[in-house]
Amino acid sequence: MNVLNVPKDLRYSEEHEWVKTEGQTVKIGITDFAQDELGDIVFVELPEVGDDIEADAAFGSVESVKTVSELYAPISGKVVAVNEELEDSPEFVNESPYEKAWMIEIEPNDLGDVEKLLSPEDYEKVINEED
Amino acid sequence: MGDLKQSPLAEVYKKSGAKTIDFGGWDLPVQFSSIKEEHQAVRERVGLFDVSHMGEIEVKGSEAENFLQYLMTNDVSKLQVGGAQYSAMCYENGGTVDDLIIYKKESEDFLLVVNASNTDKDFEWILSHVPEGVTVRNSSNDIAQIAIQGPLAEKVLQKLVKIDLSSLGAFKFVDAVNVGGIQSLVSRTGYTGEDGFEIYCPWGEAVNLWHALLDAGEEEGILPCGLGARDTLRFEAKHALYGQELTPEISPLEAGIGFAVKVDKPSDFIGKSVLKAQKENGIPRKLVGLEMIDKGIPRAHYDVYLEEVKIGEVTTGTQSPTLKKNLGLALIDKSHSALGTEVDVDIRGKRRKAIIVKAPFYKR
Repeated sequence: MNVLNVPKDLRYSEEHEWVKTEGQTVKIGITDFAQDELGDIVFVELPEVGDDIEADAAFGSVESVKTVSELYAPISGKVVAVNEELEDSPEFVNESPYEKAWMIEIEPNDLGDVEKLLSPEDYEKVINEED
Repeated sequence: MGDLKQSPLAEVYKKSGAKTIDFGGWDLPVQFSSIKEEHQAVRERVGLFDVSHMGEIEVKGSEAENFLQYLMTNDVSKLQVGGAQYSAMCYENGGTVDDLIIYKKESEDFLLVVNASNTDKDFEWILSHVPEGVTVRNSSNDIAQIAIQGPLAEKVLQKLVKIDLSSLGAFKFVDAVNVGGIQSLVSRTGYTGEDGFEIYCPWGEAVNLWHALLDAGEEEGILPCGLGARDTLRFEAKHALYGQELTPEISPLEAGIGFAVKVDKPSDFIGKSVLKAQKENGIPRKLVGLEMIDKGIPRAHYDVYLEEVKIGEVTTGTQSPTLKKNLGLALIDKSHSALGTEVDVDIRGKRRKAIIVKAPFYKR
């Protein structure tokens, strides 16, 4: 099978989201493993700027040709930006899950929550078990 | 997961790394590379499908044709030796037991090809009605099926057979054809909306046939295709899928396969009185095409509303890989089924606007 990328500078959730800290805000997207499992992504539904999202609650969805999958928030916070490009180019999720396909940027209620998420090593264990 | 039934190509899947899923109790690939790429290969070139999970039931004997006339909604007496016919089998109440293809191999020798997940149910149903002078056999474990579909399917298959495929018409077949050294039944049928062939061979020869066809089609850009592309292809062509467009609660007339229901054929058949009444008085529900106006993709079982009234539900929906539109098939009240009607689809709790459009969405 493909070798799936798990960058070392990110944190991860059990639900296959990644989180990247950029100063006081964090970006969130789905992992290489998640996009590979889903197949061709054709639609991404995201919240609006200003929305509050809550850890473990659904904040949007991604749809492949075949199925819909909810996006679960790894941490709580307020949405400060959404990646509008995904509306016209959902294929970025397949092509560039960690760069072009960041989904939302939030201001966390507590930046310390990020450190409680899975390390790259622990996330690799999660995906090896699922495989 | 250990008790899933395995296709004869299970080893091929393992080696290729294709993603497999539990499909009606079978361990089958959703995709080999990408649903979109596989879909496009079939629309533009040629694709190869393993559909060995499909059920095969032999019906033989002096009374076989009369028996099938009684079970089937289509007129089996119109079928010539070497011909194939699409039909439904119904319950007395007009609901659908299954949709299938009938092959007439000899005047007293028929082969029924049925949906995998219905094979046991169909076999029981047929046995429960079988009269004297008919023998019925479930050959599903002996016969494999590989479909080669797309505009270049004939060109590729012709490299492996001596018969002239250009003279084999739609819904015609030839039995005992040598396909690259493998005795097969070659039928000009399919489930993709494209030209193509369905090839039946002995279970143990399926791997050889698969590789022979892939090799023969290399120059034409043949791609192995999974169930994902099979579903999007049949969806665009508005081919019904049992379990979605057809169920025990949906009549073949409602599902838009009235062309396979001959209520005026000379003999009686199971379901006739209900189907005849539906044909004369109008069907209660109708299968329509939906195109989303708002964002979102309609999916199976999403409710469809006209203003505040629920008028039906989506049976299949996806983003059409050919048309790049978010489309659905929906079974709704006939009285609200006019083309151009604006409806709402309940997409996970949000009402999204859609419009009733013509289906099939794609015709070659």
